[in-house]
Amino acid sequence: MTEIINMLSYHFMQRALIVGVLVSLCAALLGVSLVLKRYSMIGDGLSHVGFGALAIASALNLAPLAVAVPTVIVAAVLLLRLSRNSRVKGDAAIAIISSSALAIGVISVSLTTGMNTEVSSYMFGSILSLSRSDAVLSVLLSAAVLLLFVLFYPRIFAVTFDENFSRATGTRTGVYNTLLAVLTAVTVVLGMRMMGALLISSLIIFPALSAMRLCRSFKAVILSAAIISVLCFLAGVMASYFLETPTGASIVVANLLVFAILSLAGKRT
Amino acid sequence: MAILTCEDLSFAYEGRSVLESVSFSLEAGSYLCVVGENGSGKSTLIKGLLGLKAPDGGKISFGEGLKSTEIGYLPQQTQLQRDFPASVNEVVLSGCLNSLGRRLHYSKADRLRARENMERMGIEDIGEESYQALSGGQQQRVLLARALCATKKLLLLDEPVTGLDPIATGEMYNLIKLVNLCDNITVIMVSHDIHEAVRYATHILHLGHKQLFFGTAAAYKESDLARRFLGGNRI
Ligand SMILES: Nc1ncnc2c1ncn2[C@@H]1O[C@H](COP(=O)(O)OP(=O)(O)O)[C@@H](O)[C@H]1O
Ligand SMILES: [Mg+2]
Repeated sequence: MTEIINMLSYHFMQRALIVGVLVSLCAALLGVSLVLKRYSMIGDGLSHVGFGALAIASALNLAPLAVAVPTVIVAAVLLLRLSRNSRVKGDAAIAIISSSALAIGVISVSLTTGMNTEVSSYMFGSILSLSRSDAVLSVLLSAAVLLLFVLFYPRIFAVTFDENFSRATGTRTGVYNTLLAVLTAVTVVLGMRMMGALLISSLIIFPALSAMRLCRSFKAVILSAAIISVLCFLAGVMASYFLETPTGASIVVANLLVFAILSLAGKRT
Repeated sequence: MAILTCEDLSFAYEGRSVLESVSFSLEAGSYLCVVGENGSGKSTLIKGLLGLKAPDGGKISFGEGLKSTEIGYLPQQTQLQRDFPASVNEVVLSGCLNSLGRRLHYSKADRLRARENMERMGIEDIGEESYQALSGGQQQRVLLARALCATKKLLLLDEPVTGLDPIATGEMYNLIKLVNLCDNITVIMVSHDIHEAVRYATHILHLGHKQLFFGTAAAYKESDLARRFLGGNRI
């Protein structure tokens, strides 16, 4: 117990916990819609675009979030368009964009700074990488994501459940799909700092899948995904602090354990 | 005055025409059955009427103060996801989407309307249950309740009884006819079963990439087209 209090006395830890809880919440809420709309791969694609953007920002000495957030938003809207266009195979389009972004990021890193700790933190995440201004921006953006999600909840449900019905009754479904993509983009960039580009998409997908094993109504799935996501984040951070394991990987493993337990329990009954 | 008028409508997918020269007009309170073989353009016409697909040519106009966003729609089954976690209450309430307007969340009146429509469909006791776990017949009644939340005037139903057992099919037909008669809601229903169609409907629209027949059910029964489709035996 004293060790936990000790841990909480570090400023960087407090910062990381606040940002982490908020980002986990965002990821869980959006994750349910993305998984149900078969858009889970978009999160993965966006994380690679995010890596490319962060790498270029660091090569040019620009503020990382200020470059990455708009870039990833543009990529999100583009990916959404591509995956709805029947002529290009959606998953192939995502693969092309994400590997190209990764390649550009890697090249710009190797041409300039080389593989330093900053770049490696983009890849694998680091709870220490959060500067004060980053933290403030993260809190503001994730609060905005949560607020928009709660405000538009009835419409997000309707568009996720039956897009044609929503469109027929006059809802501009394109607007809400774009909203989902933009919110996801923001969440991916914020989450990348702590989870790393390679692991952020699991923060979006795992809680949703776990919650769908547990609950049968949309609201219950959303709420339990949020709870599972925050608990797994906290468990992962604790583990990484006391066992000195990497934060992002620890959070993913916590999510994996929950998912495995719920899957097994679900098979029994 | 007609509630719906179509003038020389045509539809195409990527330049390939699938439906041509559809012209008909429907009085409020009518019950129209759209029949025709698979791929004859029935669902395409429904999507056109809903504004989900822009016509290639021609004109759709609504009368009686009906707005195009105030149509209740029951989609063809294949279009919904099987594993979606949603309760019956949530699905029915989402039919009130078009009355949100500038509001962000559903009002008391919306919830009351959802409740009433669930009672009309006899599903008020399964509100908390999972939509995906219901039988086919119950699922269709949930979707009909949702469609009723969206409209007071016009229902568009795309093959609402396909895949249901005979008892559920009969119940569904009766519920639709009841809504048509008691609430004076105009019904446009796509159906595979021509025998049932002529029994319940007031009008028939027969499609086969173009309009083959439009008229009253009584006139349809006498037509050569119906005789061929009904397999010789007159009804
Ligand atoms: N999204 C689509 N893209 C291309 N062709 C389509 C599409 N939807 C339907 N079609 C074609 O249009 C024709 C009519 O389809 P549809 O209206 O679904 O028929 P029905 O409902 O009468 O079975 C079919 O030949 C079908 O292959
Ligand atoms: Mg059809």
